[in-house]
Amino acid sequence: MDALPIVWFVAIAVLWTGYILLEGFDLGVGMHMLFSARDDKDRRVMLNTIGPVWDGNEVWLLTAGAGTFAAFPLWYASLFSTLYIPLVLVLLGLILRAVAIEYRGKLVSRSWTRFWDWSIGLGSAVVAFGLGAGLALTTTGLPINENGDRVGGPFVWLTPVAILGGLALVGFCLVHGATFLALKTDGPVRERMGRLVPRLAPIALLPIAGWAILVELQGGGNPLSWTLLGLAVVAGVLGWFFARSRREGRAFTGFAAFGALGAGSIFAAVFPVVLPSTIDTAYDLTIWNAASGTYTLTVMTVVTAVALPIVLAYQAWSYWVFRKRIAPHHLPEAHDPVPAVRTTAA
Amino acid sequence: MDPLEIARWQFGITTVYHFMMVPLTLGLGLLVAILHTMWVRTGDEKWLRMTKFWGKLYLVNFIMGVATGIVQEFQFGMAWSEYSRFVGDVFGAPLAMEGLLAFFVESTFLGLWIFGWNRLPKKVHLATLWLAVIGSWISAYFILAANSWMQHPVGVEFVDGKPVLVDIWAVLTNNTLLAAFPHTMAGAVAVAGGFLLGISWYHLWRRRRDGIDTVDAKGRVIVGEAPEIPGRDRADHRVWITSLRIGAVVAIVGFGAVAITGDIQGKLMYEQQPLKMAAAEAACHTGTSFSVLSIGELGAQDCDKVTPVIEIPGLLSFLAKGDFTTDVPGINELIPEYEQQYGTTLPDDPMYGERAGQEIQYLPIMEVTYWGFRIMIGFGALAAFAAAVALWITRKGTVPNSKPLMQLAIFGILAPFGANAAGWIFTEMGRQPFVVAPNPNPSGVDGVFMFTAAAVSPGVDGFEIVFSLVTLGLVYLILMVVEVILLARYTRAGIAGVMPERFAPHDDDGDDDAEKRDDVLAFAY
Ligand code: HDD
Ligand code: HEM
Ligand code: HEM
Repeated sequence: MDALPIVWFVAIAVLWTGYILLEGFDLGVGMHMLFSARDDKDRRVMLNTIGPVWDGNEVWLLTAGAGTFAAFPLWYASLFSTLYIPLVLVLLGLILRAVAIEYRGKLVSRSWTRFWDWSIGLGSAVVAFGLGAGLALTTTGLPINENGDRVGGPFVWLTPVAILGGLALVGFCLVHGATFLALKTDGPVRERMGRLVPRLAPIALLPIAGWAILVELQGGGNPLSWTLLGLAVVAGVLGWFFARSRREGRAFTGFAAFGALGAGSIFAAVFPVVLPSTIDTAYDLTIWNAASGTYTLTVMTVVTAVALPIVLAYQAWSYWVFRKRIAPHHLPEAHDPVPAVRTTAA
Repeated sequence: MDPLEIARWQFGITTVYHFMMVPLTLGLGLLVAILHTMWVRTGDEKWLRMTKFWGKLYLVNFIMGVATGIVQEFQFGMAWSEYSRFVGDVFGAPLAMEGLLAFFVESTFLGLWIFGWNRLPKKVHLATLWLAVIGSWISAYFILAANSWMQHPVGVEFVDGKPVLVDIWAVLTNNTLLAAFPHTMAGAVAVAGGFLLGISWYHLWRRRRDGIDTVDAKGRVIVGEAPEIPGRDRADHRVWITSLRIGAVVAIVGFGAVAITGDIQGKLMYEQQPLKMAAAEAACHTGTSFSVLSIGELGAQDCDKVTPVIEIPGLLSFLAKGDFTTDVPGINELIPEYEQQYGTTLPDDPMYGERAGQEIQYLPIMEVTYWGFRIMIGFGALAAFAAAVALWITRKGTVPNSKPLMQLAIFGILAPFGANAAGWIFTEMGRQPFVVAPNPNPSGVDGVFMFTAAAVSPGVDGFEIVFSLVTLGLVYLILMVVEVILLARYTRAGIAGVMPERFAPHDDDGDDDAEKRDDVLAFAY
């Protein structure tokens, strides 16, 4: 038995977890811009909490995807082709959302801003839902044949599990985003989010717990995954407790730990199967039959071991640079670019 | 609805679209970093204005590159799963390295640059931009490594029907890559040069049209100012004339570099993909002549119908080998060789599905390769020539007060974009019918090649790909319009549009204390 596929299973789990933790609050903030903001000033305050960092967070998704391609090409190929339609929707969401964040403030007009607000809000919701559904399915199974190709048409993925997974990630992002906003803003947004989190969390975190338990039951569970799940619940309860007493930093840590441990528990429960086949377990993709060769995995291990700590260091630095809370009065006036032309005939 | 055809259209459309943004990002990023450096070193406000203005356009474009790049990353698994399985051992690695070593740097530091004005120490702030730009250049290197491997597979062994990576260093120093990278980057720089040139021309023209700048009897500029138009002061003129000159010089230098590196690529192509070379020339018969113009039915895939009209003897040999006498093999000679080595019909293998047994068309679509090659060189040369003319016209400090000329300058921005797109379409379609090209000699690995027909996802049906093609296409179309509108708005606004506080009319009624507080952010969304 070779250790490298295991190392890479862990690496992929770390990349996905990193993505969920970091972009999780970006997506949550995006959704809250639609549902929890009173006016344009609120929305701008919210958006600017993620302004400098969201793009760096999104790269965690790209790297998780490309890392899967490099380390487990068969997993990447089967999962992405099977989930074709949901991934198209995710892509559309990512595209609109990215462009919206950058373009929203570039012109000053009500319809312009409204259009991009909807793109950010709905885009974030679709991305969270679609990726949650996809991740849930790769842990519970899809109808793939011996070549790893989907059997049964474009919509076989549309199952209760997919919906559960979708809701799980949306729910987590809403809580995580609200906690993040309470931590990173000052003024009315902070106040409102502070009140919202303790009420939202008990409901919104239920689906993710349901998913984790489902995976445990289906895989028979193992002590590691049950332990992580138990710790996740403790972290979540602590987070809730701190949120109630408005200890924003601790609440954020609590929910983040909940997300990390919950994801860890799910990955631990499915190990070593990365994509079960619901047709025949003989067709399951595992870390053994889906992995790249030893040489490739070695190269990638070296690159990752060198690069990832550096990435973490400079990303941490950027969070430190932008550590200040954002309050409405920090925001500069928005300006419309006015043509520099002589309007009166000379 | 053959999923293969639609998937190819989709890949072509989305990549060419991505590559509309990419060269501008790569080229303009470098220029903005240089402008910013000039400001930090000299403290001259001119450079600050240029940094802010070109930086804004850079960002408007950058985000579209990011948004469309994500599609590229996912697309291999979604629509080309057999391809991903076949090449996964080799191909995923550069993609993952691109994420780890380039995209993280690029996006994190660009965020720091955008929001770091007045918050980071000046030099640190400058460094963040340099890091972001270097990140994007590194990203280009890795993705071109992946692409070059498809043109010229190296560093692998053929095991159990699949290429297995044995030497990553060979992949990262593929000679195809070492030529394609500088060529692509120089092409990107040329794009940025044309962009600066066209837009600066517009502003200089605007200043003349609005009667701000005039010329004396000798045609030398007399710089004026218009206090009632925000931004139109005297320094404004220097901003545009400097930008214009930088742009023109950069466009010319870029073209020179592209010609030199392109020549190297041509020589590699002659060794590695001789049929692509022949198709680029519509060269049916073996010979030495470069066709300047060939007529006939290039698309007929039939050599009897192509008639060379103007030929330059020896030039083709020069492109391929560096002398004037070597015979470059023509299509009639090459096709039988390919048929002998790789068969005349697609093998009867389940991976080909219904396409098994189909006849293989080795000749790429000649209209595309022939004209793609000529458009690339032609548009590039045209832009460089125009840049030289522009330098001469503006030697006395401003542009003529002529609207058509201004429109031509703006329109000319498109030429290098066209050259880039044509270059890619030529390179990629010239590789057909292979997605991983077999390299007969001297350094290819036997057996490592893949027909495009085998690459598409077997489980995905035509409806799905039509769905993605239509939705992505529509969104891309809308976003293109939006991007152009934004670029145009900021272009017309000039410097005041990007430094509003600098030119804001001072209202003295005292209720702008929010603006006066020193904790207001220098920039926010
Ligand atoms: C020669 C350069 C080049 C080429 C051939 C490609 N790209 Fe690209 N790509 C870039 C140069 C680039 C860039 C300049 O680095 C971009 C443009 C804007 C940006 O943010 O980075 C980028 C962005 C970009 C992103 C978003 C990165 C982010 O979020 O920061 C992804 C995922 C990809 N690309 C992936 C691809 C794939 C899979 C390609 C192949 C089909 C591809 N690109 C062709
Ligand atoms: C941005 C630069 C690129 C452009 C403009 C470009 C352009 C194209 C075009 C026009 C096609 C369609 C060819 C046809 O259908 O005949 C194509 C196909 C393809 N290209 Fe590229 N390409 C680019 C970069 C890449 C890179 C970097 C890769 C790999 C990393 C790649 C992989 C492919 C694949 C897999 C196909 C599909 C198979 C095919 O139809 O050939 N391309 N590309
Ligand atoms: C004298 C001028 C030029 C020559 C001789 C030349 C030559 C070449 C050759 C031979 C290729 C194909 C490489 C292959 O498929 O293996 C190529 C590709 C390409 N060219 Fe050019 N080229 C020239 C000008 C330009 C200009 C002006 C641009 C853009 C501004 C440009 C952009 C590209 C791009 C983007 C590609 C595809 C990527 C690549 O393979 O590097 N080229 N060129």
